[in-house]
Amino acid sequence: MIAALSFYAFAAILIASAVMVVTSRNPVHSVLFLILAFFNAAGLFLIAGAEFLAMILVIVYVGAVAVLFLFVVMMLDIDFAQLREGFQRYAPIGAVIGAILLIELFMVLATWRFAPEAATLRLNPMPSGVTNAEALGRILYTDNVFLFQACGLVLLVAMIGAIVLTLRERPGTRRQSIAEQVARAGTVSVRSVPLGAGLKEIGIARPPSPEEEEPKQVEHHHGHGGHH
Amino acid sequence: MTQPLLADYFPILVFLGIAGGIAIAMVGGAYLAARQKPYAEKLSTYECGFAPFEDTRHRFDVRFYLVAILFIIFDLEVAFLFPWAIALGDIGWLGFGSMMGFLFVLTVGFVYEWRKGALDWE
Repeated sequence: MIAALSFYAFAAILIASAVMVVTSRNPVHSVLFLILAFFNAAGLFLIAGAEFLAMILVIVYVGAVAVLFLFVVMMLDIDFAQLREGFQRYAPIGAVIGAILLIELFMVLATWRFAPEAATLRLNPMPSGVTNAEALGRILYTDNVFLFQACGLVLLVAMIGAIVLTLRERPGTRRQSIAEQVARAGTVSVRSVPLGAGLKEIGIARPPSPEEEEPKQVEHHHGHGGHH
Repeated sequence: MTQPLLADYFPILVFLGIAGGIAIAMVGGAYLAARQKPYAEKLSTYECGFAPFEDTRHRFDVRFYLVAILFIIFDLEVAFLFPWAIALGDIGWLGFGSMMGFLFVLTVGFVYEWRKGALDWE
């Protein structure tokens, strides 16, 4: 009863927010509705018994992919007036492509039918006595080893592609050189100083400065000085 | 149809209901009870007393995107590690070796990005 009610609630919010993703004018709002859709899809996964997938959906899609979408949307810097100008011109081509996709969708749906074992699988989403993640782990790394390795290669290609496309050398910028910082350790020392004693009395060396009485300088050299 | 799994998640459903109820109560209460006299000047964008210089949404540096996509890749790598760690007793040396191959491929990418300085922020 509660499961059925929450299923309908999650499904309704999912569809409503998916519609809002497409129809909202502000692309940032679209991404936020997409996040809401991801959360509701995670709820549906949970009701279907796919606990691990639900958590991964929240962590990977909400935590990482949606943030990436937000970055992309903000990087695009869209001029909406210019965007609408082209709408009239490209409307016929867009309509043709949309019609082709719709026909293909109907052709797929016409030949679609339930797999014979689907009815029994639906009622037993996971093997008994095994947690969800363990059931996945038993087949993912051995039975589907080829797909798993291909997945690793796809991730490698994505990583190298992102670096090649976006990383530029900027001449004249200052980078942190950790080796130099560590090698500098001999010239900086940390002493324990008696409380209330002035710096002059205990003989901590200071660089000569024209203004003798400047509190800022004293403050500065009292620190460890390890920063660059 | 009722699964023991769903019973474990019932407190989260209750929590979601309470959170949504409080949010609706606060926004709706402010909407219903507060006095509202909007006019154009009041609804305009206010930025410390002067008119805003530019649009709020301006271009980001592309390096934020690079950091985000590298984060996604290692996020997925860790996501693959969880079922592997749980099922490691059952899948034997083949499962262990396949995960080592997967990690090796991603380590190649990691060494590449380290040597290219993609993780440095200047």
